[in-house]
Amino acid sequence: MIAGIAFWALAALAVAGGVAVFVVDSMARATFALLVSFLAVGLTFLLIDLQYLGVLVILMMIMEMCVMAVFMIMFMMNPGGLMPMTMVHNPRGAALIAAVVFVSLAAGALAVPPPPRRGAPPADPARALGLSIMGDKMLVMMIIGVAILATMIASVVLAVHGGRYAAGRSRSR
Amino acid sequence: MPLRKGAAALGVILAFPVVLGGLALAAAVLDSRTRGTGWAGPLREAARLLGQRRRRTVAADGLLVTAGVCALLTAATLAGTAVLPLGERPLADLAVGVVWFNAMEVAVWAALWLTGWGANSFYPLVGGYRFLAQGLAYELPHMFALITVAVGAGSLRVPEVVAAQRGLWFAVAMPVAFAVYLLSALAMAFWGPLGGPLGVDVAGGVRAELSGPDLLIFQAGRYALLAVAAAAAVPFFLGGGAGPGLPAWAWTLVKALAVLALLVWAGRRTAGLRMDRFTEASWLVLIPAMLLQLLVTATVAVAAR
Repeated sequence: MIAGIAFWALAALAVAGGVAVFVVDSMARATFALLVSFLAVGLTFLLIDLQYLGVLVILMMIMEMCVMAVFMIMFMMNPGGLMPMTMVHNPRGAALIAAVVFVSLAAGALAVPPPPRRGAPPADPARALGLSIMGDKMLVMMIIGVAILATMIASVVLAVHGGRYAAGRSRSR
Repeated sequence: MPLRKGAAALGVILAFPVVLGGLALAAAVLDSRTRGTGWAGPLREAARLLGQRRRRTVAADGLLVTAGVCALLTAATLAGTAVLPLGERPLADLAVGVVWFNAMEVAVWAALWLTGWGANSFYPLVGGYRFLAQGLAYELPHMFALITVAVGAGSLRVPEVVAAQRGLWFAVAMPVAFAVYLLSALAMAFWGPLGGPLGVDVAGGVRAELSGPDLLIFQAGRYALLAVAAAAAVPFFLGGGAGPGLPAWAWTLVKALAVLALLVWAGRRTAGLRMDRFTEASWLVLIPAMLLQLLVTATVAVAAR
């Protein structure tokens, strides 16, 4: 009962946040409306006891939207944000495409009968998730993960200019 | 028996705001003492802000400022639910309590940026952007410190992390992670050397245009965040409520206050860090150091199994 109410409230919030992205006239508001939508989705995961995935969605989406706000505003024609802007180009076509996609997805979700449940929820979903993603490739995944991190840091270190106070330091140019 | 359980649960729920508020007030009082405004400084300041009239800037985005100011206090409170242990277990005893703490503390990024952006004023904007840069610098080593704790305990549940330290506190077993955690506690609460987002060089940064009750809530959120960051070190690294003589909750409070006092004192005694230098040191020194610490901890954990 409570879970049902929470689900519908979160679902409505997620859709409302998504709609708000295209209604508001400021990039900052659009970015954080999208964040509200994602947070509602993350909280929905908690309702089905996928705590790790749910909290991870919340964590990653907050970081991602903060970084995205910086880039979205940076690439705006009017980065000051004082002039009203819109996220929609070709509004009529966009509305049509959005409506068609939404209706077909919703129709699919409602018309196709859900498959019967197989198996039972594991005792520790986070552990089961890790094993099903990585399985016996755990060691390889760990090494690749560190290699990707090292590559990202190395590329940033090589690309960044030392700045005006960096004179005399090795990587200043 | 169910009655006793219910009473205990009610006690935990009632004790949580008292402990969180008390620790936040302790942070404010300690800060006031180090600045020479006396024991009653925070109360005087709160009374002044409650009576102060709101100042508004031109074309401000009031919704985003309010969202940001409230999000700061909310994030600190929600982070506290997972790590402030009152007796045996925290208020929200999640199976992924460590990740929850991390997620709520990252919400501060959004809170500060929103507050800085919404004022439509130069210095708050600079402060908001500074905190995002600071976040990118401190978050990776900080996450590795939390991962090391989880690996050492073999669990993401906070009471199990505490239970895993019965033999040896994680502050001793993984000293690099502890040091990185203390540094990132300063960074996440934008305190002391990492207080650039509120720096005097940008006229107070994020909070420059805040006034009245808005500023009061912002300051309360900041002190609560510092208090939670300090209190989280107790279950993660200092053995939770373990100690001779006193009951568990008393030891937890004593240790939390000690870490809090250390952070406040260290914040006053150190010079501000420039963010580009801190990022460089953080990525080139702290991340490799944390990876080595993680390797050692994982090896010990596998060997002990």
